Amino acid sequence: MKPEIRIRTHDFDLFYGAHHALKSVSLEVPANSVTAIIGPSGCGKSTLLRSFNRMNDLIPGVRVRGRVELSGLDVYAPGTDVVELRRHVGMVFQRANPFPKSIFENVAYGLRLLGVNRRAELEARVETSLRRAALWEEVRDRLGRSALALSGGQQQRLCIARALAVEPEVVLMDEPASALDPTATARVEELVLELKSRYTIVVVTHNMQQAARISDTTAFMMVGELVEVGETRSLFTRPRQKLTEDYITGRFG
Amino acid sequence: MSGALTVPALPAGAPRRRPGARWADEAYRRGLGALALLVFVVVALIVYEIARGAGPSIRAFGWHFLVGTEWDPVADRYGALPYVFGTAVSSGLAMLLALPLGLGTAIYLAELAPHRVDQAVSFVVELLASIPSIVYGIWGLFVLAPLLRTLVEPWLIQHFGFLPLFQGFPFGIGMLNAGIVLAIMVVPTIASLSREILLATPPSLREAALALGATRAEAIAVAVDAARPGILGAVILALGRAVGETMAVTMVIGNSNRISASLLAPGSTMASVIANEFTEATGALYLSALVEIALVLFALTLVMNAFARLLVLWATGGRSDAAGAA
Repeated sequence: MKPEIRIRTHDFDLFYGAHHALKSVSLEVPANSVTAIIGPSGCGKSTLLRSFNRMNDLIPGVRVRGRVELSGLDVYAPGTDVVELRRHVGMVFQRANPFPKSIFENVAYGLRLLGVNRRAELEARVETSLRRAALWEEVRDRLGRSALALSGGQQQRLCIARALAVEPEVVLMDEPASALDPTATARVEELVLELKSRYTIVVVTHNMQQAARISDTTAFMMVGELVEVGETRSLFTRPRQKLTEDYITGRFG
Repeated sequence: MSGALTVPALPAGAPRRRPGARWADEAYRRGLGALALLVFVVVALIVYEIARGAGPSIRAFGWHFLVGTEWDPVADRYGALPYVFGTAVSSGLAMLLALPLGLGTAIYLAELAPHRVDQAVSFVVELLASIPSIVYGIWGLFVLAPLLRTLVEPWLIQHFGFLPLFQGFPFGIGMLNAGIVLAIMVVPTIASLSREILLATPPSLREAALALGATRAEAIAVAVDAARPGILGAVILALGRAVGETMAVTMVIGNSNRISASLLAPGSTMASVIANEFTEATGALYLSALVEIALVLFALTLVMNAFARLLVLWATGGRSDAAGAA
């Protein structure tokens, strides 16, 4: 049985002014699995990730061509409500970026945007999200404290909890562990594996071992092009493209 | 290779440093250090002189000086409450008007304006801060006052005259005029500092909010919320400026020593009464009372400025030059 496809790009191009950052990328992201995007710095992997929830719109001079579909929705169609789109797509950034608010209010932020204001409901959903992000036991007795007092790894898991609170279908992670120490990295990786039963996860990483450990599908990009995409194990053991083989064996990058 | 470096001997005819050169550096450093130290000496001397000059008045009236409403050079009895009141009302009104204008400008420039608009408007805002206060005073007296007298104040009296705030005669000069002039004078402080503080908040906060489905306005609200301590600092700095402003206020406030609930009535501030009466203060106690007002004003602005600068420095992570320049 063919798996359900959650995100699909078709001949997708993106330009920063005159710079052609993504070149005719066609990628399918299966639902309820982890897809890793790897490639050398500047290959466009983050740009591709940020195309899924249109975060690139913030950069002046960005133009796109081609299609991105998310659960069948045409992401770049003129009638698409970007704010609504982003509510279905959680995002976790390279550096943990909690709001300078309490732990509770960080997780509750997205819910409040949706108009959830009943204390009991907020509390229940904040707890669920923190549990899913494997942070609840560590912070349950200090929810009112500032999120900035948490360690880097805890802050990143808090950001994951914050993204999960609004029940997104897809969670995009842009090098979520690159600023963390090995222990905190391991916790985030475990978490990603736990979350995939519920969410579709796309992880950008420059760490090939990480991609091999956590992903089901891996996409390899270079200078804006999608070179190869396939089941993670086979991509790392029997790459079809010479470029992929050179990259994963460390001949460049 | 190991061992100390060996300095090659200079060839015989090579130019050599004068023997005194090494001491010149030291003398230079100490000389400039002494000049910098002079700043502290000047401040200390000012405090000492003002405190000494205020001595007779402090001994004569004690704390009553701050709550007394009588200002009578003939009977030699002095109470500064009308001036404290005038300073509080004119500065308070100025902040009420300047805060939305300054903060709105800052948010627009930092968050929404295209780069070139930001550059152009920021430049003009800074320019506004460099206009001498006498020019604001002249504008208040010859442009704003007639406008208030003929249009604004009659309208306020007609429609809001039931409030004590807007009762009385439309003089054109008075608290309202002073508050408006002060507001315009402090908008640059609030706008340029708040802009800088907003620019210093991490862009990742806005991204996080947007990625959670926040609208542009909601994402900006997150940034403004994060910048709140610094913005508070900017506002207090602006308040300090309004409290101490002398020339423009003296020209437009009407210089009466009565306490009135109406914003249309003339009044005086601590700074304006000193400017007005200093030259004609003949009695020793009269002069000392004016100096005591100066002492109160000095202490007030010093505390506010120190507090505000700390807040701004903290909020910008020490990057703001404006905290020192404003």
